[in-house]
Amino acid sequence: MIEMLNYDFMQRALIAAVLVGITAPAVGVYLVQRRQALMGDGIGHVALTGVGLGFLFQTSPIWMAVLVCVLGAIVMELVRSRGKQRGDIALAMLFYGGMACGKLLVSMSAQAGSGSLESYLWGSILTVSPSDLTTIAVLGIAVIAITIGLRRQLFAICQDEEFARVTGIPVRVLNLLLAVTAAVTVTVAMRVVGLLLVSALMVVPVAAAQQLTRSFAATQAAAIALGITVAVAGVAGSYQADVPSGPAIVLLAIAIFAVFSAIAAPLARRRHRAAAEHEVHEVHEVHEVHEVALPTQSSHKQSGHKQGDHSRSADARSGHKHSDQTQEGSERTPGREPSANGARKSDPIASTGLAQ
Amino acid sequence: MSSVIPDTAQTGSGQARHPLTADTAPAAVRLSDAVASIEGRPVLRGIDLTVQPGEVVALLGANGSGKSTTVKTVIGSVPLERGGLELFGSPYAKFKDWHRIGYVPQRTTAAGGVPATVREVVSTGRLPQHRLLPFRRKDREAVDRALDAVGMLDRAEDGVANLSGGQHQRVLIARALVGTPDLLIMDEPMAGVDMASQQILAGTLRHEVGRGAAVLLVLHELGPLEPLIDRAVVLRDGRVTHDGPPPKGAGQHAAPGHEPDSLAHQGCHPHADDDHLTTPRLLA
Repeated sequence: MIEMLNYDFMQRALIAAVLVGITAPAVGVYLVQRRQALMGDGIGHVALTGVGLGFLFQTSPIWMAVLVCVLGAIVMELVRSRGKQRGDIALAMLFYGGMACGKLLVSMSAQAGSGSLESYLWGSILTVSPSDLTTIAVLGIAVIAITIGLRRQLFAICQDEEFARVTGIPVRVLNLLLAVTAAVTVTVAMRVVGLLLVSALMVVPVAAAQQLTRSFAATQAAAIALGITVAVAGVAGSYQADVPSGPAIVLLAIAIFAVFSAIAAPLARRRHRAAAEHEVHEVHEVHEVHEVALPTQSSHKQSGHKQGDHSRSADARSGHKHSDQTQEGSERTPGREPSANGARKSDPIASTGLAQ
Repeated sequence: MSSVIPDTAQTGSGQARHPLTADTAPAAVRLSDAVASIEGRPVLRGIDLTVQPGEVVALLGANGSGKSTTVKTVIGSVPLERGGLELFGSPYAKFKDWHRIGYVPQRTTAAGGVPATVREVVSTGRLPQHRLLPFRRKDREAVDRALDAVGMLDRAEDGVANLSGGQHQRVLIARALVGTPDLLIMDEPMAGVDMASQQILAGTLRHEVGRGAAVLLVLHELGPLEPLIDRAVVLRDGRVTHDGPPPKGAGQHAAPGHEPDSLAHQGCHPHADDDHLTTPRLLA
């Protein structure tokens, strides 16, 4: 097992696997959150045109793929943000056009039939050249810096785009940045996982992680940990069993997803039970507010409407501190801490109910 | 026996409540002759809407009358085809002080694809303050305060997907409050919200108004927020049909002896076919 580290190509493949294991889920978590889980798949299809161009012009397929993917991702983002009714048709044209164009270009190139297209489609540990590794490392580090460094901003635009716009953050720029980052990630991952399976490494670790997590940050961290694990184990397994690395990585990830789902089922049941108990408390709360709400309304009717009577209401608040606290005590669910100033200023309706 | 209502009730206008700011400060929102359409269908056909600092304005009207679209043009998510928009005295294109606005969208049941905690969602409301800088202690404290104001501090680490409708709405309001905005914009804050949450929301809003925040609310009916409303703007087919005190019946209080649940029906019902999901339950 250890002797594989003696080979240069395996060292490179493993370093690439670690980078891919980090970057793919780090971007994928945002795409999954925005329900664009299959965007990576689309970019993968488009990337094939870039690979074809690289073959045809005898330049680096990775850089050509970066170029084409970034353009494709920008088009996809524009289609998405415009919300065009026939947007899905436009995307279908882009995906299939990209794939068909790629195959055509490869078959026109001098390297046609050499089988190297296969390695781009399914991933291959033998083909990560030193210059490829440099490219993967540079791009991978950029992706990590963006996806981790801008986590709060990217979370905000994926969680609620309209709200994010009202916070004044540059939503459009961030959307494009996320699309470009996803495109770059596809090209980083394509040597190791292959273009046809690249989306799986963006989505499956996230899906597996969220079986056991409650927060976005924890999901992202756990997905990255899983991504590294399956990518490294898949590359190692690919060496041992002499199979393409992409399918090995993806099947491993799906196996982990299955295990996590099995673990999560009883956990979710327990959580539901806890939530149901919480609901019972809430119902109590409702009941008590309900009881005090009625006298409030009637008192407020009978007293007539004292417009703008500030001093009176201030008296009412300070003079009935005791009842205020009683209200607080009865309404709080167990374990809830009183607010910093001790007063429940947010609920004057309920407090006057008891104050009369 | 006393009433706390008066300090926030019908003072007639925002000027009465905030004599210092109203005369000098520009309007929080000034929408003039706004025309907008969604997917080619004209929705707003010339809306004038002004919200003064510290003023509470309710936007009323039937489904499809353009209430939500009006609010969306104010926050810039639906572009104006004609007309002008000024926020705090700046034309929309030049407006940068987004931290002065807290927005509470209409609650949807659609959850994101990835779990997120209450704290994570509320923290996004702090983005105008920390921007690219790390999230610091004062930001965290602001989030705690906002969660405490809506009674959700004890659920801060829970997933938003596990909340009830009312709790979810409280979280969205905390997210808008976390930056202590000067203008709160809320789209149907009471829709699908249980009674306990309605009470908490009304109390929270009362506190924000007391602090001096202006509020622009889209409502189906005035309901429990009625005592807070300074002015009502009623829309119909994308035009303003009423701009002034809350419509007849809505601004007055029932005579003694009325059944409590009849009070809810004093709220504005411009269209009887609207669904009555919210307020009748409060007092029923």
